[in-house]
Amino acid sequence: MKVLVAVKRVVDANVKVRVKSDGTGVETANVKMSMNPFCEIAVEEAVRLKEAGKATEIVAVSLGGQQCQETIRTALAMGADRGIHVQTDVELQPLAVAKLLKAVVDKEQPQLCILGKQAIDDDSNQTGQMLSALLGWPQATYASKLVINGDGTANVTREVDGGLETVQVKVPFVMTTDLRLNEPRYASLPNIMKAKKKPIEALTPDALGVDPAPRLKTLKVVEPPKRQAGVKVKSAAELVEKLRNEAKVI
Amino acid sequence: MSLLIIAEHDNATLKPATLHVVAAAQKIGGDIHVLVAGQDCGGAADAAAKVAGVAKVLKADDAAYGHQLAENVAKLIVGLAPNYSHVLAAATVNGKNIMPRAAALLDVQQISEISAVESPDTFVRPTYAGNALATVQSSDKLKLITVRATAFEAAPATGGSAAVENVSAAGDAGLSKFIGQEVQKTERPELTSARIVISGGRGMQSGDNFKLLEAVADKLGAAVGASRAAVDAGFVPNDYQVGQTGKIVAPELYIAVGISGAIQHLAGMKDSKVIVAINKDEDAPIFQVADYGLVADLFTAVPELTQALDKK
Repeated sequence: MKVLVAVKRVVDANVKVRVKSDGTGVETANVKMSMNPFCEIAVEEAVRLKEAGKATEIVAVSLGGQQCQETIRTALAMGADRGIHVQTDVELQPLAVAKLLKAVVDKEQPQLCILGKQAIDDDSNQTGQMLSALLGWPQATYASKLVINGDGTANVTREVDGGLETVQVKVPFVMTTDLRLNEPRYASLPNIMKAKKKPIEALTPDALGVDPAPRLKTLKVVEPPKRQAGVKVKSAAELVEKLRNEAKVI
Repeated sequence: MSLLIIAEHDNATLKPATLHVVAAAQKIGGDIHVLVAGQDCGGAADAAAKVAGVAKVLKADDAAYGHQLAENVAKLIVGLAPNYSHVLAAATVNGKNIMPRAAALLDVQQISEISAVESPDTFVRPTYAGNALATVQSSDKLKLITVRATAFEAAPATGGSAAVENVSAAGDAGLSKFIGQEVQKTERPELTSARIVISGGRGMQSGDNFKLLEAVADKLGAAVGASRAAVDAGFVPNDYQVGQTGKIVAPELYIAVGISGAIQHLAGMKDSKVIVAINKDEDAPIFQVADYGLVADLFTAVPELTQALDKK
């Protein structure tokens, strides 16, 4: 089974982002960038499938500017076999990404696409579902456990609002990862070195026949209102008194 | 303009989240219809018909929708969407799962988790874990939107008297099947709509210790939540998780116990009206957002809190 994993380069999860004072966006120059944590989980799951003999080849795809190649190399270092970079400097929104990925899927014919459930920069939580729709495939989102059955189906346990639910989907399908699916490995130095030799194919939206133009125009980006500084209390008793008489919430 | 709201429900009742979406729709303006897709969902449909501001309820009652499978519900939405200018759903797991599928089929760029409406085509949405609020304008003729329920005050659940109209099911896509679920029954209020929430983090050290928080929750009629760390460590199930990629809550009172206050956790609760933090580390970032901070060992402070709540 060939597995396609999409990976996104985002501002590192530990960075406290700063909104630019001109309201045009978030400061990303000289800020640490990393593979989106949910994409790391996606790569890890693909690698585990390969180690278990269920996947034959893992292709890692990233879309965007030149620096995507770093993110693809990280996926290769974790165990993906080859990469595809869809090169564009156009601002990519989920619908365009899904269309581009569909074109890649049409070329590569994987049996499973694994994406992160959301990117921690735009927090859209759409791309996997959209890709699935465009392909006419089932979608198994927010996966916390994947079992490939022998019979052309897979059972996926999903994290849902009330707890967990399990669905059975037909292969091929699109899965998006949630936090508890696995804990991603750190790439070892030998694997990082090996990754440098793995091929990355360069494609463009033009070559894939997709118009990547965004549909949403960002008019401005601002910081949320700041909370006022609070006070320290010295005891639980004092806390209750303040909550009752000052804040009046209990 | 006509707006279609995809109801969040459990077939028997309407979930509070839907009331917040009605409020968001009212800010856009136009006739509001609510789609209740489910199985034996008459109860939810009747409840939707009573919501103030709802003009019509569409009921699609079919086994295909019994478990809100995205492949099936999205197909239904696609069939109905041409009659509307906007389709909205709450940003619940169901809404987030289903809407993008419908959006792609309709060739629309969905706007996720709006926190404000500026005009029928312009919305505010949180990005970067709520640290950057983006105002975006859609150039799509049809808008598909998920709504952050905590950002809109709920429309009243009664006062409306809409007609309930049956719509035919769009069929089972045959791509997926519900196998089973592990859902805990609780008497406590739902985390996302509770007036008071008490959450535990890594500092709780074990799932058993959450009993300390439950004692407080009992006194306050509160819901119990958790940070990602507590869920990852197996202290509590995943549906307790409050945060950027978990549940977004904005209760009157949020009590964070043994929670350090990572960016990702704050994303899920920083719009709470009053925030209390109990943590033995005075440098924990949570104290920067807390209205009341108690630097203390939670294993002493929380039982003391329970006792203090007993006193009149």
